[in-house]
This record gives sequence, structure tokens and C-alpha cells, in this order.
Amino acid sequence: MKGIKIVVLAKQVPDTRNVGPDAMKADGTVNRAVLPAIFNPEDLNALEQALRIKDMYEGTTVTVLTMGPGRAAEIIREGLYRGADDGVLLTDRAFAGSDTLATSYALTLAVRKLAPDLVIGGRQAIDGDTAQVGPQVAEKLGWPQVTYAEEMHLDHGRMIVRRRLERGVETVSAPLPLVVTVNSTAPACRYRNARLVMKYKYARTDTELQVESTDYIAHARPFIRITEWGVDAVGADIEQLGLSGSPTKVKEIDNVILQSKEAKHLSASDKDIESLVKELLESHTIG
Amino acid sequence: MNNLFVFCELDEGKPVDVSLELLTKGRSLANTLGCRLEAVVLGSGIEGIENELFPYGTDVVHVADDPELEHYRTMPYTSVIAGLFRQEQPQIALMGATTAGRDLGPRVSSALHSGLTADCTSLEIGDHYVKKTDTTYKNLLYQIRPAFGGNIIATIINPDHRPQMATVREGVMKKEIVNRNYRGELKRINVSEFIRPEDLAVEIIERHMEARRVDIKSAQIIVAGGYGMGSKENFDLLYELADVLGGEVAASRAAVDAGFAGHERQVGQTGVTVRPKLYIACGISGQIQHTAGMNQSGKIIAINNDSMAPINSIADYVINGDVSEVIPRLIKFYKANAR
Repeated sequence: MKGIKIVVLAKQVPDTRNVGPDAMKADGTVNRAVLPAIFNPEDLNALEQALRIKDMYEGTTVTVLTMGPGRAAEIIREGLYRGADDGVLLTDRAFAGSDTLATSYALTLAVRKLAPDLVIGGRQAIDGDTAQVGPQVAEKLGWPQVTYAEEMHLDHGRMIVRRRLERGVETVSAPLPLVVTVNSTAPACRYRNARLVMKYKYARTDTELQVESTDYIAHARPFIRITEWGVDAVGADIEQLGLSGSPTKVKEIDNVILQSKEAKHLSASDKDIESLVKELLESHTIG
Repeated sequence: MNNLFVFCELDEGKPVDVSLELLTKGRSLANTLGCRLEAVVLGSGIEGIENELFPYGTDVVHVADDPELEHYRTMPYTSVIAGLFRQEQPQIALMGATTAGRDLGPRVSSALHSGLTADCTSLEIGDHYVKKTDTTYKNLLYQIRPAFGGNIIATIINPDHRPQMATVREGVMKKEIVNRNYRGELKRINVSEFIRPEDLAVEIIERHMEARRVDIKSAQIIVAGGYGMGSKENFDLLYELADVLGGEVAASRAAVDAGFAGHERQVGQTGVTVRPKLYIACGISGQIQHTAGMNQSGKIIAINNDSMAPINSIADYVINGDVSEVIPRLIKFYKANAR
């Protein structure tokens, strides 16, 4: 079987799993500056699935597509280091403030332009945990979707996908073109490849080249350019982007303030523990 | 028209708990709004299913009964539900944040161009004033959820698009029968009107469903471990204590992510919400994303070495100490004192 064209949807996210005490500013907003920006974990699982298909079917290409600010080019380089063939950064001020639906609109336009056979993304991103963008893109493309994938392979032109559901597993057969979202239970992504790091460490977007002075390197090695698309490049209707294109609005954000109760403070001593157990037994909480 | 709809999911022909919980919540929201509560159920050979939904105060049950709908599949389910919603124009649509609901919700919202908020922990009705245009939106659905890894609580609204869609995890809302004899109206959906041949392109080859072995939701006593437990082996202590007390072991997201326990034991916004009589939090710091799933427990005991841990501020008892010392003592004194 000949190779296929794969687009991996990836997102650069603040590492919300390691939020320290300085993560919130005094006014209750999130201090993004102190949170490291990382490759969304399940998108790495998705990249691995794409690379496995590439390993199996010669001629398969893997393109990392991400939407975000200029610095999101970092995760495209990360994808190249691990085996992706190229990357597209979808970036424009007009995208800012997009909810999942407006985001999926923009991504859909970019996917159409890339015209792949298969789109693979992580199930959800850790900054929102919504799991919406994959299915929303699939709907806008008019393609079928398979979510919660943990293993997949091609068989006579169809994708055979094992899905992890809350109470078990299900295996489905789906035609191409197709959107698949991958679970964290899928195999972890392979490490960076030293040869690829050498090859792609100067991969830059045009915007990055304007501010850095590595221009000569890029000219010498034209294949290490990262494609950058804005609103015009994908032919987006600005009304469907950003805040105006987002049906959901944030009415209010509350900083998390846990309500204090009068807690009894105990030590780990025999005396304290025994009196606690007796108290719980007397109140029929236990026993 | 413009009523409140709940997608009712079936598991082996029975409505799942989260759907009944949403009907209960939907009933109270519909009362506030003065609209009707309608349910939509899809399946195969589900004659009489409406009788299980009416007691929750459901005014109308829409039933799609077709062999192609036996198991959940994205495309045919989306086509039926999006098609029904185009006709019925609901103002609010709720679904469980199950694996099926989280697959279906975004697909339907994308088809209808309506907003969807995932994993809400609270739903309320309220107004919204926009200063710029001097407009007041009346009776919107406030979709309240922790965001950003649980570090903030956001209230989301959909002012201009309908339906206002939200998913809710199992156990977040309470399930309550309004009246066993409540009778609503049954409406049959003409499935062939909505399903297109291409909707059937994805085929299910194999299904292995396991009986739900772990049920932390109905446990009266929960012994939960966090990342601070340090290892999977250290969780054995928790199983021992849970065994002695007749409870279940649960875990925080960080502990599940670290592989200390299975996802079916996860308590919190992206796991299960529990309301046991007693919740013993061992080595859990108490991020909001965890506490959102257990702060309604009857009594909370926090065991940890960190006097600043957020969990301590919602606990009834805070034991400052090493879990590995405290738990054996709890077991010892329980055995000594219990009859």
C-alpha cells in the first residue's frame, strides 16, 4: 500500500499540571509567564501514531499543524525533531480569543488547504480539557471521526482503530479521509532523534527570521522553513474567528478560594489517632 | 418549542445514571424558565423506555428506535440529534460527559454552530447585561466549570446561539424521582428522515465491555490517595484501610496520571464526583479540580505533611504526619475499638 498524507493537530499549552503558588497573580488572573509552555501531552501520543503509520507505509508524510502565537513554532520544531516532515503555524491576531468552535473553523480551513487523508490529534488539551476541537473539525470537514484511539493501523485502505471507552474497548473500521483523536493510554511518543535535531534546529517561520539574524542559514537551507499562515492564507471569514466567532463567552472568572472550615488539627500520635477513631465510631461515620 | 432537552444515554437498554441526574437538574431549570423538559433517547428494541424517564418529570420523550442505533456511533447519532434539534429549536441541551457524550456533544454543536461547555460542575439560570450595546439577555444558562487545570472557576454563557449546550460528569448532579406516576408524552422519531447512508461508514468490529468493577460513587467511605503517596506500592496501605473500614480506594488526577491507580478511581472534575459519609484524603494537596469532586463529602480527613495544602482548608480533621505512620494506627485503633 502506498503512503498517505497525515496532518497532526497539536497545541502548545501552559503546563497546568505543575502549577506553583506564583501561578496566580494578585488580581486572580493566571500568570502565564511563570508556566512553562509545552507540547500538549495527548498530542504527542497522536504524533507517535502518525509516525508509526509513516514507519509502516513508505511515502507517508506527517505535517504538524498548530494554531497559536508565534512562539508556538517551538512545538513544530519539537515535532520535526521526532520525525514529522514539516509544519504549519496558523497564527494571526484575528484568531485570539477563539473558543473551541471558532478554533475548529480556522483549523478546518487549514486542513482543507493541506488536503490530507488522515487528521490525528490528541483527545484533549490540558489547559481546557474540553475534547471538543477534534470532533468539531471532523464535523466541519464532513468526515467521520474516531475518538479515544489507543492503537490504529491501515487495512485495505480503511483505518482499524481500537478505542478506550469508560467501560471497555471497542474496535472500529473507518474509511479515509478520517479524523482520529488519541487517548493518553496510547503509546508514548518516541524521543527526539539527534540527527533530526541537527537538521531542524534552525527551522524557522518567516516572522522568526525577521527578528533573529539567522537569515543566512535559512537561505542556505530552504527546506528548513516552517510555513506560517494567517487569515488571508486560509481564506477565513473574520466574523467567524476570535470573540465574534465564538458562541461561548466568559461571563465571569473567579479565583479559587476554598471555603475554610474550622478543622481539628491532630498529630500522628497514638493518642490523637485513637481519639479520632473513637469520635468517628461514636458519630457512626465508621463502623 | 424552545424547551430544555436532555440526551439520555442507554447502557444495555437502561438509562445511565448521569442522564437521570441531568433530567433531575433539567426539571428544576425548566421550572425556573417556565418551559418543558424533553428527553431524547436512541437505541434498538427500546420499547417502553419512556416509562423510565417520565418519573423524573419529563414532559416529552423523543424515541429513535432503529437497529442501526443499537450501539453508540458518532455519525448516525449526530444526524438524528442535530436533525431533531433543528426542528425543535431547544433553548438548552444537556448531555452526560461520558465517552459517548463527549464524542457527540462537540459534533452536534459544530453542526448547529452553537456553543458547548464541557464538564460543568454547576448550572444556573441568570441574566447578562452587555454595556456596549445596552442589552440585557434574560434567563441564560450559566455554565460553571473549573478551568486552567482547576486554578480558576469560569462562568460561561452563550448569549446569541441556541441551543446552549453543556456536558456534565456523572455524579455531579443529584438524581431524584419527582413522581412515580408522572406521565409525559411519547414522540417517535422517524429515523430514516435524518440518517444518510454515509453516516454508517464507520463499523464496529468488536466490543469488550467489562462490568463496572470499581464503584467509588456509591461507596460510603472513601480512602483517596494523591501524588504525595509516592508510588503504586504505597497505595497498598490505602487498600488495606479501605478494606478494614468497608470502603473504596480513590485517587486524585495527579496520582492517576502517575500510574498509582486506574482512571476508574479518579475523583474530581475530570473523574467522578463523590459524596461519601467519610473521605480520607492521603497525600492529596487539594487542587480545585480534585476538591470539586469531593467537597460535599460528609466528613473529610486530610492526612499530609504540608500544613499549607489547600485540602486542609476544607477538611474537618487535619492530621499532620506521614501517611505511612498514620494509616497503620487508624487500622490498629479501629480494630481495637469497633464492635
